[in-house]
Amino acid sequence: MSDFTSGFWNWFIDVPVILGILALFIFNIRMARRRPGAKKEGESTGHVWDGDLSELNNPLPGWWLKMFYLTLVIGVIYLILYPGLGNFPGVLHWTEIKQYNAEVKAAEAQYAPLYARYLKEPIPVLAKDPKALLTGGRLFQTHCIACHGMDAGGNPGFPNLRDHDWLHGGTPADIEQSIAHGRDGRMPAWGKILGKQRVREVAEYVVSLSGRKVDPEQAAAGHKIFATYCAACHGADAKGNQQIGAPNLTDRIWLYGGSLPTVIQTITYGRHGHMPAWLPRLGAARVHLLAAYIYSLSHPAGGAPAAP
Amino acid sequence: MSATTTPNEMYNYKVVRQFAIMTIVWGIIGMAVGLYAAGELAWPALNFDNPYITFSLIRPVHTNLVIFGFGGCGLFATSYYVVQRTCHTRLFSDKLAAFTFWGWQLVLVGAMFSLPLGYTSSKEYAEMEWPLDLVILVVWVAYAVVFFGTIGRRRIRHIYVANWFYGGFILAIAILHIFNNLEIPYSWFHSYGVYAGVQDAMVQWWYGHNAVGFLLTAGFLGMMYYFIPKQANRPVYSYRLSVVHFWALIFTYIWAGPHHLMYTALPDWTQSLGMVFSLILLAPSWGGMINGIMTLSGAWYKLRTDPILKFLIVAVSFYGMSTFEGPMMAIKTVNGLTHYTDWVIGHVHSGALGWVAMITIGSMYYLIPRLFGREIHSLKLVEVHFWIATVGIVLYVASMWIAGLMEGLMWRAVNSDGTLTYSFIESVAAVHPFYIVRFLGGAFFLSGMLLMAYNLMRTIVGVQPVEAPVPAVA
Repeated sequence: MSDFTSGFWNWFIDVPVILGILALFIFNIRMARRRPGAKKEGESTGHVWDGDLSELNNPLPGWWLKMFYLTLVIGVIYLILYPGLGNFPGVLHWTEIKQYNAEVKAAEAQYAPLYARYLKEPIPVLAKDPKALLTGGRLFQTHCIACHGMDAGGNPGFPNLRDHDWLHGGTPADIEQSIAHGRDGRMPAWGKILGKQRVREVAEYVVSLSGRKVDPEQAAAGHKIFATYCAACHGADAKGNQQIGAPNLTDRIWLYGGSLPTVIQTITYGRHGHMPAWLPRLGAARVHLLAAYIYSLSHPAGGAPAAP
Repeated sequence: MSATTTPNEMYNYKVVRQFAIMTIVWGIIGMAVGLYAAGELAWPALNFDNPYITFSLIRPVHTNLVIFGFGGCGLFATSYYVVQRTCHTRLFSDKLAAFTFWGWQLVLVGAMFSLPLGYTSSKEYAEMEWPLDLVILVVWVAYAVVFFGTIGRRRIRHIYVANWFYGGFILAIAILHIFNNLEIPYSWFHSYGVYAGVQDAMVQWWYGHNAVGFLLTAGFLGMMYYFIPKQANRPVYSYRLSVVHFWALIFTYIWAGPHHLMYTALPDWTQSLGMVFSLILLAPSWGGMINGIMTLSGAWYKLRTDPILKFLIVAVSFYGMSTFEGPMMAIKTVNGLTHYTDWVIGHVHSGALGWVAMITIGSMYYLIPRLFGREIHSLKLVEVHFWIATVGIVLYVASMWIAGLMEGLMWRAVNSDGTLTYSFIESVAAVHPFYIVRFLGGAFFLSGMLLMAYNLMRTIVGVQPVEAPVPAVA
């Protein structure tokens, strides 16, 4: 495909490039020779400025001139071999995207058998295979740590993957689904609907659920509001709903923070968490390995969940 | 030769003095901000959660003040001095020259305050918003009128080589500034650039690389061609070499911008041309180095005793080294390793500190005492400054080479299962010690600048400025 909207631009590039390189050649050849009648080499040109500034008529240093010619010749050869002169694709027909595709293809040919083998293994089996976990862990270090942290312990807004608390389910299939297709966690903003006072009340109630001391009167009022507005997603018992990614509010695990002001902020303004879909970027086998690695973090023996 | 000779005509030293002093002032401010930015990279807590001093906002303050404040004022000062002395005439217009001084200071003060507040066009080395861009344009046109007007009334037929380089730099920067900053204002402090996507990137680096090529190279070659022969008291080595490398340099530099965009969405042919002309640029660049260094032939012994000459010659040596490194880094395969790493930062600073700053410092040590008609307060302190500055550059450049090479190698290291050996954060942790060394290098360099300010202050305080007569026409 041409980069140009008309043939004119092809020549707009070619003519200055070819004439320019040619001019540099000719210029050098001419200037390397002493002009007849000019001052002898090593003598002053005879011009004097500012009292004592003058110039000698020394020749161009030979090694420097040869280096100049060499770079010009290399330039010409490069422009014959590689794209550079407008539409002319170069004798080698090299392009950046061809080089990229060739390197990807070579890498795939080298590594595909290994990953094809892993893809056939169930996740609980891979979660016990040290080699598979090594590769899975390396993939995690490359692609996941910016949000989830190097130890997978999470960051505010990005869940901890080492515990047994799961927003969207912790079975091998759930984890693989989360990585492959991503997740979108939305909590609506309730500030305008509830008003300041009722947000405060429901926040007191939410904080009380994990066994902390709160204002009992406000929490009681909050309980009623919770039943009306919040229970649809978080459940009447506030234990959450993994089908829609609604977190359990009765434990001490908080995605965005569990202090009263943070809970008030969450309820007032809502939250929007986003896990990107990795299948298009990494392919099925690497997603599978990553799922095994994540699964292994909370199932160190490959079977029973780790102690909390 | 000419009938316009007025007896008792004086050179205009006032504007030269003003720009020379502001060169030191902006140098110290710009480098201090750079040092703080380097500190933030080593110890991020230094931003104290204050948005106006985060790295992203003070980095353009550093680059703009050192390039246009320190470098720009240095070029104004020396070009006004050189063009008068080598044309044997007073500046074309005193009023316009004074206007360029005050206009340029307005631009710099504007940059110092608008950039930390976040007013930016987001074009590298051209971050200032459109009102300041317009002030630059007007000042630059006035600068061109003063400079070329002075050339026009010269009393010597031949134009001295330094003036070719100053003239080339003034013309090229005008074109670069205008086309890079084409933008549509939508409020007093914001505008949209007219280019989009890859064209925007290409115009940005066409400008960016030629800011290096014409402002930081051609302009300072003009400085070199006057102050080295003067300080060494030797003729320029080769007139013919100066002709060849001048024309080759200004023709070739303008093509080199795409080497900043290797392996990107820039079309293949553009990348190739950028690489080829960058390679061809090696010889024209070295022509300047040869002419500077060989001017000393027959006077090498002066290097032993003259610290000002040391500044000038080490500057030319760093110029040669950087202009070898640059073409090599422009080769696609080498670029694949060095791009996006701290090697680029090291390369820029071997040019910026080693070449631009050293040649400017040497020239100022020559110039300022002469503008005030007094010997420099302490030549010994100049010698100390030279060594502090040299150690600072070596620390800076070597640490960034090592850091950049480590980053380049760590980012491409692959395990036997095809995964990357290192996560990005591991490469950040690995270069941390070298960020501290870089900070030390910067601290050395800035200390040298403070020493210079002290030395020059002792030289000029209480002294009547000099009025120098234009010599009678022979």
